[in-house]
Amino acid sequence: MSIAAILLLSAGTFFFATGVIGFLRFPDFYSRMHATGKGDTLGAVLMLAGLALYNLDGGFSLGNLLVSMKLLFIGVFWFLANPTATHAILRAAFDSGLMPWTKDGKPVIEWPPKSQEDT
Amino acid sequence: MAFVVSFIILFVFWMFLSGRFDYFHLSLGIISCAIVAHASHDLLFKDIRAKNRHIEVIRFIKYLPWLFYQIVLANIHVAYLVLHPRTLKLIDPHIIRFKTGLRKDLSLVTFGNSITLTPGTITVLIKEGHYYVHAIDRFVAEGLPGDMEKMVGHIYMED
Amino acid sequence: MESFFLAIGLILGLLILLSLYRGVFGPTLFDRIIGVGFVGSKTLVLLVLMGFMYGRIDMFVDISLAYSILIFIGTLVFAKYFKSKGAM
Repeated sequence: MSIAAILLLSAGTFFFATGVIGFLRFPDFYSRMHATGKGDTLGAVLMLAGLALYNLDGGFSLGNLLVSMKLLFIGVFWFLANPTATHAILRAAFDSGLMPWTKDGKPVIEWPPKSQEDT
Repeated sequence: MAFVVSFIILFVFWMFLSGRFDYFHLSLGIISCAIVAHASHDLLFKDIRAKNRHIEVIRFIKYLPWLFYQIVLANIHVAYLVLHPRTLKLIDPHIIRFKTGLRKDLSLVTFGNSITLTPGTITVLIKEGHYYVHAIDRFVAEGLPGDMEKMVGHIYMED
Repeated sequence: MESFFLAIGLILGLLILLSLYRGVFGPTLFDRIIGVGFVGSKTLVLLVLMGFMYGRIDMFVDISLAYSILIFIGTLVFAKYFKSKGAM
């Protein structure tokens, strides 16, 4: 069980590290959110699951089970909350008119976005 | 009815968080859960009359393993893009827009979070039935909306 | 296992320093908000690791739970505020 915990912790640290490196390397805000929104979610969930497994290694008492369930609950909450926070901050950036970086320098959709529907 | 259900949920959550079962902590829990349930019983169950709620829960749980597999794929994709020495040559970001057929709030939220967690795309804005999605290159941009919209619509019975 | 936790904690601390770079020198304001939130998600795991190292996991897990909710609410509040203010 502790070998599985070590594997999960290492994988989580690797995804955290790729998230941070992508956060430093990508060219603009919207691309950086690709790294943070995905790497952060999976990294934290994997590390918390590994720690919950390691905690169960000491034996199955009521206190141990409660701590492991709390760790899993933090994981589930983070799994739901982090994409939502990413979406909220992206929406704030989009509404305040931050231009996305593109290769040819012009956006694909019209800018600023029109509010009526023209399908 | 909504008060009783939210009180029971809150009280189970209190016992889960406190982990002590003597009279002092349990009575504190009953008092505070009653106050919170009275103040916010109309937030948790806005449409308590909706039937077939258990089918939605079962379908959502069946949907989760596929979503987790997609998240692992997305992270490997991001790791490949990040660790490649010439990242700026690989990526070609665009914001694309497409129309959606989903109407319920819960299915819109689920679909938006699923887009954020699948490879190469993040949801930027949901406005008047349109999704604005930032895609990291042209290849993933052509794959949207894909069959994920049908899967989410199948969960919440919007077929 | 103790030294493994120590190594993981050191790597997480290094990652926190790296993401503080965006928090301090970020070109736009939203980069700074996300940099601070990114520090928070590392701290969330680091708190649980510290609980295992000190042997008081039953206390540190509650702190970590409260901290995760705090990061989420903080990011939402920042997003809402700067959206209404139009900070660009």
